[in-house]
Amino acid sequence: MRNEAMVQPVPVPVAYGPLLATLVLALALVVLPFAAQALGQPSLVPLATRALIYAIAAASLNLALGYGGMVSFGHAAFFGIGGYVVGILYQSFTADELLFGLIPGTNQLLLTLAAAMLAAGFLALVIGALSLRTSGVQFIMITLAFAQMLFFLFVSLKAYGGDDGLIIRRRNILFGLDTRDDTVFYFVCLAAAAIMFWGIARIVGSRFGMVLAGIRQSERRMAAMGIAPYRYKLAAFVISGMGAGLAGALMANYLRFVSPDMLHWTKSGELMIMVILGGVGTLLGPLLGAAALVVLETVLTAWTEHWQLVLGPILLVVVLFTQGGLRALLRRLGGGR
Amino acid sequence: MAEPLLCVRGLRKRFGGLVATDGVDLDVAEGEIHALIGPNGAGKTTLITQLFGELSHDAGEIRLGGEEIGALPTPQRVRRGLARTFQITHLLPDYTVLDNVALAVQARQGHSFRFFAEARRDDGLRGQAKGHLAAAGLFHRAEVKVSDLSHGEQKQLELIMALAGGPRLLLLDEPMAGLGHAESEQMVGMLSALRGKVTMLLVEHDMDAVFALADRISVLVYGRVIATGTAAEIRDNPDVRAAYLGDGEA
Repeated sequence: MRNEAMVQPVPVPVAYGPLLATLVLALALVVLPFAAQALGQPSLVPLATRALIYAIAAASLNLALGYGGMVSFGHAAFFGIGGYVVGILYQSFTADELLFGLIPGTNQLLLTLAAAMLAAGFLALVIGALSLRTSGVQFIMITLAFAQMLFFLFVSLKAYGGDDGLIIRRRNILFGLDTRDDTVFYFVCLAAAAIMFWGIARIVGSRFGMVLAGIRQSERRMAAMGIAPYRYKLAAFVISGMGAGLAGALMANYLRFVSPDMLHWTKSGELMIMVILGGVGTLLGPLLGAAALVVLETVLTAWTEHWQLVLGPILLVVVLFTQGGLRALLRRLGGGR
Repeated sequence: MAEPLLCVRGLRKRFGGLVATDGVDLDVAEGEIHALIGPNGAGKTTLITQLFGELSHDAGEIRLGGEEIGALPTPQRVRRGLARTFQITHLLPDYTVLDNVALAVQARQGHSFRFFAEARRDDGLRGQAKGHLAAAGLFHRAEVKVSDLSHGEQKQLELIMALAGGPRLLLLDEPMAGLGHAESEQMVGMLSALRGKVTMLLVEHDMDAVFALADRISVLVYGRVIATGTAAEIRDNPDVRAAYLGDGEA
C-alpha cells in the first residue's frame, strides 16, 4: 500500500484542440459581417445577429439544464420579461412618464440591458425558490406553468399592447454608435455574447460550478459532504434567468418589437432544442445549436411553410446518432474522442 | 462520566405497519469502533440513515457530543462532524477521483459561492486532495473517471471522501459488501489504521471483519438493540446466539 502511494497518476494530455477551435470560431464571428458584404449577402448579418442572441439565451438555459440538471421548461418567461423591460422603458421614455410613478423611462442600451437582467433575475428568484422544491417531471411542469401564467398576464395587459405587443420605434442607443446599422448591432450582440460565454466558462470551472455539476450527478452525495443543494441550484437558476433576460432585451432591440410570443411555451421549447441540438452541458454547444436552428428555420421556411415537418426528423437524427449533439459530432470529426 | 460522543435514546421509526426502529438506545464512546450487527431486515441501514438525517425519525433523541442533532438536515449534521459511507456507493460518476476528493475538501472549507477562480487549478484544494489519496494508496488512480473504477476502489474512495471531511463520527454501512477477499483485508487494514483517530459506527455482515475491528458490538434484532458488549460477551450471550448467530455456528 505504501509504495503504491508513490506511483504517479497517468498524466492527462493538455488539450489544445478546444482552445484553437474557440479562437477560430471567434475570428470567424468577427470577420462574418465583412465577408457577408464581400459576398454580396448582407442579409446574413441580421441572421447571424439572431443566432447570437439565441445563443446567449440557450447558453444561459444550458447552465441550469446542462450543468445543474434543472430541466426548466419556462425560460421563455425570463427571455420575454427581458424584452418587455426594454419595450416598457422605451414606452415611458417616449411618453415622458414615470413608470409606476417613480421610474423614469430610458432608451440607453446599457441601462435597459441592466434593468432587463435585474427583472429577469428577480423573476427567476421567485419562480426558482418555489419550483426548486420539486424535481424531475414536477419541476418541468411547474416552470412551464409559471411561464404560461406570465404569458397570459401579458396577453391581457392592454397598457402594454396585450396580444399585439409593443412597438419600439428606435433601437436603444449606446454611446455614439449607430445601432440602427445591422453591422453595428451585430457587433453589440457579439460583444454581449462574448462576455456571456466567457462568464459562463468561468462559472462552470469555479468552485460554484464544481458544486453545481456535482449536484446534477448526485444530490445525496453532495448532502453527505455537507453541501445543501437548494441554495446552489437557486443561485444557478437566477444567473441562468438573468442571461435569458439579457438575450430577450437584445431580441427586443433587434426586432424593435416585443409581444407575448416571446413568453410562449414554444419559445422555451425552442431554447431547449437549441441546447440539445448543440450539446447539453458543453460550453459552445448552445452557440452551435442556436446557429443551426436559426439557419435551418431560414432555409426550410424559404422552401416550405411546413418547415417544422422537416425539422423534426433532422432533430431526431442528431439526437439519436451524434451522442451529445453537434458539439460532440465536431469533436469526433476533429479527431478527438 | 462524560456523555459518549453519540448518544441515541428511544429512537423510533415506523413505515406504515412495519416498525423499523423500535426504541433504540445506543451509545458510541469517543474513539471506539462500535459494530452494529443483526440479521437481514433488522433495521441497521434504516438506523444509520436516520442518524445521518436522510430519513427523519418519528420519536427519540440523537445527540452528538451532547448536542441534539435530530432535527437538523444532513448537511448541517455533516458540519457538526458526521460522515457516512453507503452500502451501494454514491459518488460523482462523471468526475475524476481527484475531483471527487477535492470537492470533499472544498465542502469542508465553508460555502462554495465562489464564481471566478478555477477550482481545478486551486493548489490548496488539489494539494490536500492528493495528500488524502496518497495516504490511502489511491493516488495512482487520481485522474481516472469514477465510473471507470472497480467496485472495491469506489468503496475505498467513499471512505477517503468521508475522512476528507474530518469527521468526529464515521458511520460505515457495510464497507466490505461486495469486496473480494484481498480487497476486504485491505479495507480492514485501512479501518484499523484509523482506530483511535476517528470514532466509528460500523454496520457489517462480515463477522471476521467485525470481530477483528470492533471494540464493542451492539446487536439489532427487529429494530431493537438486544445486547451490547465486547466481542467475547456477544459471542457468549444466549439471546444473541438464539436470535442471530445460530447455536451451532458460534
